Amino acid sequence: MSPILFELLLRSIWETILMTGASGFISLVFGLPLGLALVATDRGGIAESLGVNRVLGAVVNGFRSVPFIILLVALIPVTRLIVGTSIGTWAAIVPLSIAATPYYARVAEVSLREVDHGLIEAARAMGGNRWTIIREVLVPEALPGIVAGFTVTLVTLIGASAMAGAIGAGGLGDLAIRYGYQRFETSVMIAVVIVLIILVCGIQWAGDRLVARLDRRG
Amino acid sequence: MNQHFPATAEIPVDTTERPEEVVRLTALKRRFGVTPALDGVSLTVRKGEILGIIGRSGAGKSTLIRCLNGLERPDSGQVFIEGREISRLGEHELQPLRRRIGMIFQHFNLLSAKTVEDNVALPLKIEGRPRAERLARAAELLELVGLSEKAKAYPASLSGGQKQRVGIARALAARPALLLSDEATSALDPETTRSILALLKDINRQLGLTILLITHEMEVIRSIADRVAVIDAGRIVEEGPVWSVFADPKSAITQSLLGAIRPQLPAEIASRLTHGAGTEAILKIDVAGEAARGPLLSDLAAAVPGSFRLVHGGIDHVQRQPVGTLFLAVPGNDANHLTRVIAFLKAREARVEVLGHVANPV
Repeated sequence: MSPILFELLLRSIWETILMTGASGFISLVFGLPLGLALVATDRGGIAESLGVNRVLGAVVNGFRSVPFIILLVALIPVTRLIVGTSIGTWAAIVPLSIAATPYYARVAEVSLREVDHGLIEAARAMGGNRWTIIREVLVPEALPGIVAGFTVTLVTLIGASAMAGAIGAGGLGDLAIRYGYQRFETSVMIAVVIVLIILVCGIQWAGDRLVARLDRRG
Repeated sequence: MNQHFPATAEIPVDTTERPEEVVRLTALKRRFGVTPALDGVSLTVRKGEILGIIGRSGAGKSTLIRCLNGLERPDSGQVFIEGREISRLGEHELQPLRRRIGMIFQHFNLLSAKTVEDNVALPLKIEGRPRAERLARAAELLELVGLSEKAKAYPASLSGGQKQRVGIARALAARPALLLSDEATSALDPETTRSILALLKDINRQLGLTILLITHEMEVIRSIADRVAVIDAGRIVEEGPVWSVFADPKSAITQSLLGAIRPQLPAEIASRLTHGAGTEAILKIDVAGEAARGPLLSDLAAAVPGSFRLVHGGIDHVQRQPVGTLFLAVPGNDANHLTRVIAFLKAREARVEVLGHVANPV
């Protein structure tokens, strides 16, 4: 592999990490509250409101049913509004975040829903308000699942970021298509695949370790 | 008061003295769909007493106990806690009130992500107390329940009995005026159940804490309750001091719940009972109070010559009152003899029932 290609590879790794990390962070910040809202407003939840629940559910399902490559293009006006451009790595973070947030919200929702209702009742019986229940019961008890779900979301984002090359965002997927596939640079293709395997395994390993440390359920 | 067994000075619950009411329920009703869970329940719990509510599953016990801290709202009727009507209060107003009421649960409901001491301290965290104060109080309570060495452990490493001890410590953290126990021993083995009940009784005596417990086990009522209320299909069908309800259960449901802990006629005798004549009559004798304390059987032998045999039975002590059931076999070929035996026992305020006759001595 030539030094130029190697430099390209390094830059692509950085772009992928940036896209995955930034959109992962954003999906955590918005997806977790959204997941909490989905659980809290559902029937029997701590802030039961079936109307709100239905609207939130529909929005989440709407975004989740659009294929990412279409979302990437359809969101161009929104992207331009937020980052000032519709091209490049930062521009890709907007559609990636918007796709990952409802995805992560659903993943977090599943973990939050599994928290034993008896624990919520115990917190209510102690005089806890909704915020107490969220802070002391729902989130800490669901934390292993919330972290495991975040790991899955990050790995999914690495895959989705490969499509971001379509709007000039770069990244490993883009490198593999333009050099490895279109220019028959087999060494680039192999290098990209190896780097992706290492990235995915690393994230999964770190996530699993963290879950094992957090899980006190015996 | 029970007519068969007049009150004596030793009866623990003195009806002439009325300590202040911690809980008063009036005509509480709650229905789920068409099924009434509570169908007009009125009850009072006085300061310092242990009131046990017993009923089968689905009798309305859980709904009842949840009405006391506003986890469940009655359709009609009133709930007074320390004189304040709470059944119409909003969630926000209920929160400070719930801190006056501790609650323990069948499945303990400890937070798996928190250490034992943080679980115990949680009610104080909710109250907004500083961390040092919370941990000091948690240490004090863990010592009370005998789990000081487990302060830094996580609940998953504890046995069921230890978990419930943590649950009790947590329920006491905010110094409640009332402790609600929702089938607290139903998930525990008999030995652990006894130790948890002993702990609750201890806390009741030491701290003067009022306890309302619900259970489906008469044994729980027998061991620690002062008064018992029997609930069936959303109604209180019987209520009174435990010893007096045990001595003379009025309702069929109470009798059936008591069946589990009272002597029953052995099956091999029961299967041979006939209603015709036989060589022996089998009598069931319920005794309590003076009748159970005195030398009833030797007096019977002296007063009515002629043999009788004790077939089965025993005297239990409930709230320091003897309460028992005896099964006697009396020679049945002389009707006059049987009549005299029954007359003697009735004069001693025992309740006598002729169950039937058996052909050959058993």
